[in-house]
Amino acid sequence: LDPLLLSRLHFAFTIVYHYLFPPLTMGLALLMVILKTLAIVRHDEIANQAVRFWSRIFAANFIVGVVTGIPLEFQFGTNWAQFSTFAGNVIAQTLAMEGAFAFFLESAFVGLLLFGERQLGQRVHWFAAVMVWLGTWASGFFIIASNAWMQHPVGYTPLPNGGVDLSNYWDVLLNGWITPQYFHTMGGAVITGAFVMAGLGAYYLLLRQHEPYARLFVRLGVVVGLVATLLQVFPTGDAEGRQVTAFQPTKLAAMEGLFQTEQGASIVILGQPNPETQTIDNAIAIPQVLGILTYRRWNAAVQGLDAFPRDQWPDAIALLFYSYHIMVGLGTLFAAVMAGAAFLLWRRRLFESRWALWLLLAATPFPFIANIAGWLTAELGRQPWVIFGLLHTADGVSPLLTTGNVLFSLLGFAGMYTVISILWLVVMAQEIVRGPVPHPHPGPLPEVEGTFG
Amino acid sequence: METLWFVLVVFMLAMYVVLDGFDLGVGAIHLFVAKTDDERRLVLQAIGPVWDGNEVWLVAATGTLFFTFPRLYGASFSGFYLPLMIVLWLLMLRGLAVELRSRGNAVWSGVWDGLFCLASALLPFFLGAGIANVVRGVPLDSQGYFFEPLWTDLNPRSLKPGILDWYTVLIGGLAFTALVMHGANFLALKTEGEVQARAHRMASRAWLGTVLLTAIGTAATFFVRPSLLVNFAAQPWGDALPIVAVGGLLIVRRFNATGRDGRGLIASGVFLAGMLASSAFALYPDVLPATVAINSLTVSNAAAPQYGLAVGLVWWTLGMVLAAIYFVLVYRLFWGKVHLADESY
Repeated sequence: LDPLLLSRLHFAFTIVYHYLFPPLTMGLALLMVILKTLAIVRHDEIANQAVRFWSRIFAANFIVGVVTGIPLEFQFGTNWAQFSTFAGNVIAQTLAMEGAFAFFLESAFVGLLLFGERQLGQRVHWFAAVMVWLGTWASGFFIIASNAWMQHPVGYTPLPNGGVDLSNYWDVLLNGWITPQYFHTMGGAVITGAFVMAGLGAYYLLLRQHEPYARLFVRLGVVVGLVATLLQVFPTGDAEGRQVTAFQPTKLAAMEGLFQTEQGASIVILGQPNPETQTIDNAIAIPQVLGILTYRRWNAAVQGLDAFPRDQWPDAIALLFYSYHIMVGLGTLFAAVMAGAAFLLWRRRLFESRWALWLLLAATPFPFIANIAGWLTAELGRQPWVIFGLLHTADGVSPLLTTGNVLFSLLGFAGMYTVISILWLVVMAQEIVRGPVPHPHPGPLPEVEGTFG
Repeated sequence: METLWFVLVVFMLAMYVVLDGFDLGVGAIHLFVAKTDDERRLVLQAIGPVWDGNEVWLVAATGTLFFTFPRLYGASFSGFYLPLMIVLWLLMLRGLAVELRSRGNAVWSGVWDGLFCLASALLPFFLGAGIANVVRGVPLDSQGYFFEPLWTDLNPRSLKPGILDWYTVLIGGLAFTALVMHGANFLALKTEGEVQARAHRMASRAWLGTVLLTAIGTAATFFVRPSLLVNFAAQPWGDALPIVAVGGLLIVRRFNATGRDGRGLIASGVFLAGMLASSAFALYPDVLPATVAINSLTVSNAAAPQYGLAVGLVWWTLGMVLAAIYFVLVYRLFWGKVHLADESY
C-alpha cells in the first residue's frame, strides 16, 4: 500500500459512495416537476401531496449528496495536489462554475421547495421545483464537463514549466465529449428516479396501502422509465461507445475484453478475463457484433490491447471488464422490465399483476449499481492517465503524503459512511412507513383547488 | 488581475465566515440557549432554510481559489491534509444532525443535539486555527509543497511547525468566541422571550471573551510575525480595516444592551469581515508565507495565467449577481421572528 494506490482508493471509495445519491436526486427532481405540473394543471391534490412526500425523500438524499460531495472537491487538493497545480487553470473553471451557478441555486430553491409552499403559493412552488431540477442538472453538467476534459482534453496549451494553460474557454465548456456522456449520465439518473418511484408504488400496491398515490407512482415511474431506458441504449449509450472507439481505443479494448486485434470482432457477453494469459475464461461471444457497434461494419477491424504498448493499458482490466458488462447487462434488463410493465399498464393489468409489481419492487436497487458500474468504466478505462494522454495518474498525487496519513482519512471516511448508511436506512424506512399521507396534525397547507379554482 | 482575484477570494471567504459564521455560532450555543425540545426545534428552524446556502460560500470560495491560484490550492490543501479531513467530517456530522434530530424520540434527538453542538463548536476553532497557520507561515519546500502534522512542539516559530501550536490555538479560540457572539446576535434577532433573553446573555459573555482574545491575539500575531506590520506602515489607508473591525466589535455591546439585534448582527459581521480583510492586507503580496521566506507563495507566483483569470471574471460576476438574488429572495422570505410549523424541523 503506497500513498498513490491509497489515494486512488480514497477517491474511488468516496466518489462511488457519493454517486449513490445524486442520480436519485437528479432523477426525482425531474419527476417532481412532472408531478407538480400535473397537480396544477389537473387540480390534482393527490399529485400535490405526492410532491410533498417526494420532496422529503429528495431532501434527505440531497443532504447526503451535499455532505459527501464536498470531500470530492477537497480531495483534488488534498490527495492530488500535483494534478491540481498542473491543470487547475482549466479544470477548476468548470468546478468553480458549479459552485457559482448550481450550488447557490440549489441551496436556495431546495429550501423554498421544502418550507416555502405556504408563503409562496402554488405557482411559485412549481417554479421552485423547476429551479431545483435545473440546479441539480446544471450541477451534473459542470461535473461532466470537468470529467470530459480529463477524458478528452481540449482548449489548452502546454506551459513550459509543465502544466497547462487555458487557451479557449468555449472549447472546454462545449467539449464534444460532454454531449453523449452528459445525456447518458442524466439518463441513468432518470432511470434511477423512475425505478425508485415505480418500485415504491409497487410496494404500496402489494401492501394495499396508499393506493391512489401508489398507482400514480407506478404509472409515472413506468412511463418515464420506459422512455429513459430506451434512450439510454440508443442514442446516448451508442454515442458514448463510438466516442470511446474513436478517442480511447485502449479503454474500448479493455472494457470489451478484446486482447487481440480482430477482423469482424466478436462481442463477449460473459466470461472472466485473465490479463496474464490475455484470454477470457468460458467466454460466450457473438461474432461480428463489436465491429457493427463500433464501426457499423461486419468486417471492421477492432484494435485489441495487443495493438498498444503495455504501459498504456488500463491497470485494472478485469474490474473494468466487469463494470462495463454489469452496466450494459443491467441497462438491457431495465429496458425489458420497463417495456413489460408499460405493456401491462397499457392493457390496464399492471396494478393487478402481483408478479409484475414484485418485479418492479425487486428491480429498485439495480439502477444504483448500474450508475456506479458506468462511472467505474469511464474512470478505470482512462487509466493509466489522470488526464488522458497528458498526465499520468502517478504524477498527479500529492508529493508529501504518507501511507499512514492517507489511511487515516480513508478509514475515517469508511467509518463515517458506514454510519451515514445506517442512518439513511432508518430515515428512508421512516418516510416509507409514514407514506405520502398528509401530516398527522393537519395544518393549513394550501390545496391546489383553493389557489387556482 | 492577480491582486483583484486575491481580493475576490478573500471576499468570498469573508462571506462564508459572516454567513455560515452565524449558523455555526448558533449551533455551538444551542444546547445552552434552548432547553426544551420545542425551543431546539425553533433554533434549528431559524437556521434551517439558510445553513446549506451559507455553506455553499465555502465550496464556491474553494472552487474559485482552485482555478485562480492552482498552486496555492494544491499546496495548501495537501499541506493542511489532516485538519481539512477533520473539517470535512465535522461538516458532515453537522449537516446530518440538522436534518436528523427531529426524526426520533428524546434520546435520538439528544444524541444529535450533542453532536450538532460539538461539530458546530469545533469547526470555528479549526477554521480559526487554519487562518492562523496561513498568517504564521508553513514549511513550504522548494517545490512548493509542505505537510503539517496536527502538532509538533507547539512552538509557532519552530522550523517544523504543526497545525496546532500555542498561537494557532489562541486564534482558534478567538474564532470560536467571535462566532458564538455572532450566532447569539442572530438568534436574538430571530427569537423572542426566554430563548432571546438567553441569547442576549450569551452574546454579552462571548463579547467579553472576544475583546480579550482579540487584544491578546493581535499582540501575539505581531510577536509571531513582526513583518505583518510592514504593509500597515507603508500604506496607511490599510489601517482603516482593523479600525473598522475593532469599531464593529466595540459597538456590538451597545446594540446588544439596547436590544437592537439586527444592528448587533451587522456589527459582529463587520468585525469578522474586517479581521479577515486586515489579515489578508497584512499578508499581501504573500498568499501562503513559508517558514523559509524564499519559498513563499505570492499572488504572482501562485496565480493562473491571465486568459483564464480574465474569462473567469466574466462568469464569476454573473454568478455572484445570481447568488445575491437568491440570497435576498431566501432571506426575505424567511425574514422576521421564527415560529414552529408542521413542516418545521
